[in-house]
Amino acid sequence: MGYKTLLSGQIFTFDSVKEVLAKANEEKSGDILAGVAAKSGLERIAAKEVLSQMTLEELRQNPAVPYEEDEVTRLNQDSINESIYSSIKGWTVSDLREWLMEYTTTEEDIRRVSKALTAEMVAAVAKLMTNLDLVYAASKIRVPAHCNTTIGLRGTLSTRLQPNHTTDNVEGITASLFEGLSYGCGDALIGLNPSGDTVASLTEILKRFDEVKNRFEIPTQICVLGHITTQLEAVKRGAPADMIFQSIAGSQKGNEAFGFTTDHIREAMELLRRHGTGTGPNVMYFETGQGSELSSDAHYGADQVTMEARCYAYAREFKPFMVNTVVGFIGPEYLYDSRQVIRAGLEDHFMGKLSGIPMGCDCCYTNHMLAEQNDIENLAMLLGAAGANYILGVPTSDDVMLNYQTNAYHDAAAIREILGLRPIREFDLWLEKMGISENGKLTGRAGDPTIFLEKGGRG
Amino acid sequence: MLDAKTIDAIAEEIIAKMRAGESAPAPAAPSQPRRDAAVPAQPPASRPQGGIAQGEMEDITSAAHKAVPTLRDPADYDALIRMKGRTSARIGVGRCGPRVLTQTMLTLRADHALARDAVFTDVDPAFLEKNGLFSVQTNCADKNTHITRPDLGRQLSGEAVKTIGEKCQKNPDVQIIVSDGLSSKAIEANVENALPAIVEGLRSRGLSVGTPFFIRFGRVAAEDAVAELLGAKVVCILIGERPGLGTAESMSAYICYDAKVGQPEARRTVVSNIHKGGISSVEAGAYIAELIKKIYDAKASGVELKQ
Repeated sequence: MGYKTLLSGQIFTFDSVKEVLAKANEEKSGDILAGVAAKSGLERIAAKEVLSQMTLEELRQNPAVPYEEDEVTRLNQDSINESIYSSIKGWTVSDLREWLMEYTTTEEDIRRVSKALTAEMVAAVAKLMTNLDLVYAASKIRVPAHCNTTIGLRGTLSTRLQPNHTTDNVEGITASLFEGLSYGCGDALIGLNPSGDTVASLTEILKRFDEVKNRFEIPTQICVLGHITTQLEAVKRGAPADMIFQSIAGSQKGNEAFGFTTDHIREAMELLRRHGTGTGPNVMYFETGQGSELSSDAHYGADQVTMEARCYAYAREFKPFMVNTVVGFIGPEYLYDSRQVIRAGLEDHFMGKLSGIPMGCDCCYTNHMLAEQNDIENLAMLLGAAGANYILGVPTSDDVMLNYQTNAYHDAAAIREILGLRPIREFDLWLEKMGISENGKLTGRAGDPTIFLEKGGRG
Repeated sequence: MLDAKTIDAIAEEIIAKMRAGESAPAPAAPSQPRRDAAVPAQPPASRPQGGIAQGEMEDITSAAHKAVPTLRDPADYDALIRMKGRTSARIGVGRCGPRVLTQTMLTLRADHALARDAVFTDVDPAFLEKNGLFSVQTNCADKNTHITRPDLGRQLSGEAVKTIGEKCQKNPDVQIIVSDGLSSKAIEANVENALPAIVEGLRSRGLSVGTPFFIRFGRVAAEDAVAELLGAKVVCILIGERPGLGTAESMSAYICYDAKVGQPEARRTVVSNIHKGGISSVEAGAYIAELIKKIYDAKASGVELKQ
């Protein structure tokens, strides 16, 4: 059935829910590349107006990918709490937006309604929100998770310490790791993207991370982000791992393009339950980013915000410890400039939290985008205010292996201080014990990676 | 990207200089008072005070500059030098409060500016002329279209098809193309050495080489359209890679036997990392010629070549 609206004397028509969702999106180069974006500014607002009057029931009945064809849709639809759903299915998307903003709507209320939201509903409401709306609504929702420690509690901002190295040299990685720890980074995760995806290399790095974590009694988690099949093999052969990582997409076809199936994830959870070094119950680490479905032609004519929301619907089935939108890594053909990447970061974080997953963001950009360090610092500040579980930290913001830039090791300390946030409690105490911070501020020793050598670390 | 050997060599040189007392101690940072006055700190590398010292100008983007830690008063200076020697990551940089030092910030911004310029500026027409390359364009009308529409960057414009038809030798054994891709600086830094080395290497192996030319706003798969148009058995595109902050001058060669528009990417054989700190352009040229001959003889490239 079609949709019609009159706006400023013009009649706009849309053929499907999918078309309304796509055209209601804020401008993104990826939607233009996919040929699904609004053709004019006015058509965009017409689509938003139609969407605002659409009921949640209509969105549920029109998933972006058909139930019969797609596992992500099936997992999402089959996990909906029908009793809560029946009480909200008559709401329009506008109702949902205004309800989220109301003073009387509590965190518990949102958590409850979240159980009845499909990805398309989550995406729809994000499309009716301004940037400040996205920050405000997200700031109401905390989604903590526990592996060895608990991240995501109110008042905290954590970091993933990412000590990547061009050739996976374990001493070079350790040098970068010590530098990051000395700035108070790493309370969410010590996590490396390997340059080579071999069992031997993953195992060697995991062993070093495990050794450092134990020697210095660091309350955190470790992970090396190889392909899921490589990580499974490494853990089976005895490599220490608190978590297992995988990049995910919003459709089964997209996940197949990443070279894994849901069975791999279930196998990873079971393996970690029996042989992992983490306590759990949350042991999975997922990464996402708007545009990845289009890049593997697995978007089914849907826009990239809707497909991204479907990643979160998929992720929540596996109760992950962290989900990370690597927002600006994909390039300008999907997110053209700083305006689009900041918008996407705020959308992703909000949609993740509304979906009920422990969301953080790699606030990043590549050198062929029209964005720079200033923009990414803006995004990190906004996400700190929005209550993101974590941001990233790399040496001086330059990732020498992945050839992109994200937040510097320095940034979290500044953002925490400005916004009155702390690392998680046990990590904060550890930083004080190590003499790196005092009452939430870096001490004179902070920023010196060699302090770990004095204490018996290998240099 | 600096290789580990280069980094080690620089690190050793710096330590040697320190030992020889060539550097004067820098003033203690106000934000980081010395922790233990009884233990004299290793002298941090000094920067010339008040501008250029003795006519010697220091480049803050140079490898030598980056190898010197700017962290003031580390607990173990020698260890810090060793640690820096083991990674090209920007560690040992120090801080002012929770922010990076001015010099660190400026070096980073300079490296980013270099990378951005490599993407957003064009290859100098004089450079193309000097290297005997005529220029055609893809269906991208401008730079913005180029970075946002990879699909159009794989298609030759109507005018390009006409020009190539007029100027190029048909049915060569090998057709070489040069394209800006995502770094014009990569082309300007490497093509002058690499291209003649490839052409020479192929001719000496008895292969006919078509007329090389330049494609503006090109993507890798533009080579498929060229191969079809000219009936080349093997096609090789020399193209600028997306710049990192380590280097903005990295070029790759994508080589394909019997290339067809719309073919899978796995049919290409790739030689990447061609730049000063990786494979040198001369070395790369000789290697690519040898590889193309192998592909020509095997009548296969990419994954098919490996099998």
